[in-house]
Amino acid sequence: MALDKNFLDYPNRKHGMDHDRYLWRNMFDLQPVLLDNDARLAFLVTIPIEFFPLNPSGNPFKAPGSMVTQYPDYRHYSTRDYGNRVGIYRLLKKLETYNIKANIAMNAEVAVRYPQLLQDIIGAGHEIVAHGIDMDTLHYGGIDECTESDQVTQCLKVLRSMSGQKVNGWMSPAYSESFNTPDIVSENDCTYICDWSNDDLPYTMQTRIGQIIAMPVSQEISDRQIIINYHQTEDSFVTQVMDQFDMLYQESARFGARVLSLTLTPYISGLPFRIAAVDQIFNFVMKHSDVISMTGSEIITKLKINK
Amino acid sequence: MMRDPNLYEYWPYKNRPKITWKNGAKIAFWLAPNVEFYEIDPPKNPFRTPWPKPNPDITGYSTRDYGNRVGHFRMMEAMDKYNVRGSVSLSVAMCQHHPEIIRACNDRNWEFFSHGIYNTRYCYGMDEAQERAIIEDSFRTVMEATGQTVAGWLAPALTHTERTFDLIAEYGVKYTCDLFQDDQPQPIHVKTGKLISMPYSLEVNDVICYNSYLMSPRHYGDILKRQFDQLYLEGEESGTVMCIPLHAYLVGHPHRIKALEDALRHITSHGDVWVTTAAEIADYYYAHYYDNFVPNIKTVNNGA
Repeated sequence: MALDKNFLDYPNRKHGMDHDRYLWRNMFDLQPVLLDNDARLAFLVTIPIEFFPLNPSGNPFKAPGSMVTQYPDYRHYSTRDYGNRVGIYRLLKKLETYNIKANIAMNAEVAVRYPQLLQDIIGAGHEIVAHGIDMDTLHYGGIDECTESDQVTQCLKVLRSMSGQKVNGWMSPAYSESFNTPDIVSENDCTYICDWSNDDLPYTMQTRIGQIIAMPVSQEISDRQIIINYHQTEDSFVTQVMDQFDMLYQESARFGARVLSLTLTPYISGLPFRIAAVDQIFNFVMKHSDVISMTGSEIITKLKINK
Repeated sequence: MMRDPNLYEYWPYKNRPKITWKNGAKIAFWLAPNVEFYEIDPPKNPFRTPWPKPNPDITGYSTRDYGNRVGHFRMMEAMDKYNVRGSVSLSVAMCQHHPEIIRACNDRNWEFFSHGIYNTRYCYGMDEAQERAIIEDSFRTVMEATGQTVAGWLAPALTHTERTFDLIAEYGVKYTCDLFQDDQPQPIHVKTGKLISMPYSLEVNDVICYNSYLMSPRHYGDILKRQFDQLYLEGEESGTVMCIPLHAYLVGHPHRIKALEDALRHITSHGDVWVTTAAEIADYYYAHYYDNFVPNIKTVNNGA
């Protein structure tokens, strides 16, 4: 089979990116970004709280964490549900112990199904981030724009009315976007988006109606990546977060404040044999007086962001 | 399709004529940062899909883009610290997209060889004219951006055709990083000109270590030192080559950069190490060994 004769056309081979969503820049060339009281690191903890339907369509792919076996896959359904019933409460307790305010990325369906969980989270002062409708209602290349727009609007309507919070952050289920997602969430009054893993600092994206901030929510420094995808131990997870901390902390002395981003999943880190590792990490990070726990909204208002 | 690629002769790793590298060095060490561009909306290649999810697969795309926004500069600083120049495996379209990065590397006197136009444009299915076009594009683009003549080749995303090696040799490429059969350079059969395989190693390649073998950063740092220690030891008998292939989008993360730094400190703290570039190794090999080794390899295979 021969390739299309246009296979070697390169319409976007030009200075900068191959799209107009954001500009290239060297993170180490930025004006230093600063935090109150000369703090060196903003500690951004992100916890996704997700609903995985027992009968996923898998369109156009199954989100990580989705059902695996033949229907009915009770074992994965209830394993994920464990996170929403038990694991999250272990995590909330640790957040409280160390006075950490987290970004809680919640599927709208979770708020509807478990209003008590939502109340416990907002009562503790955490920030709700819109995380789509559920883990089988995805945003992806090729989705009809009106359909996607309805998904965003419906999700935000539920979370805003039930939480009483502004809910101005967005994280797509499975970090999956269409070409329009940043435009649509920006049109729905979101000011930051958490899907892009190309930076250690927030940066500005262009949208049809203005701008949105890309928040550096780490997919690498996460229990899912290190423990589940890489099959590494709890001790190694702790070591790697500490190594991440050390390097960012060192850099902050030369280049200005850094964001230490950590993503924890209730059905992974909230297990009895893993929660001590979370405690070790929180204890290590928060004992530094020049580290501040910050939510996404706090980061975009208090961290002086380069445009 | 062939049962054997017929690219090189069998040549056992014993009783080979001795290689002594520049200034009596036992090992030639080179570092290969892959400076790559992956497209957000690449065209379809019927033999391999660039991204697992429908375009835009922003997870894959932004993970790679991290290298060009952040990781590259951590990696470059670690290399500067130990005076290690890079031999860049270059998606040559980087010369258009991010000339700032290319200039920073060129200012450090790094070498650039071709890794195709984009790492999302695969050679599978290309006809000869298309394959010639990417070779000619590579020479032209790298010369315009850096003043350097491409001396080496690593096919984009390691996608080849049966004619790849004949073609690159015809255009004057001196070495290929696409073959992994040895820890020393080896002559490669080509229709015209000369070509050698340059040890590049997938086994200590960060993509393989981190994404296939799922190593922790400290484990990765440890195997780099072990790899060096053994090749250094064997280099006493006959000079070896060690390459560390790198991707800034992997090694340039805060939790990983120290593992690379530690390995570079370990390697450069030894005497008798020639810290160099792939093109310099190739030139040295052609000048001192190629012409004598080819008949020796034939003799061994003829049972003499």
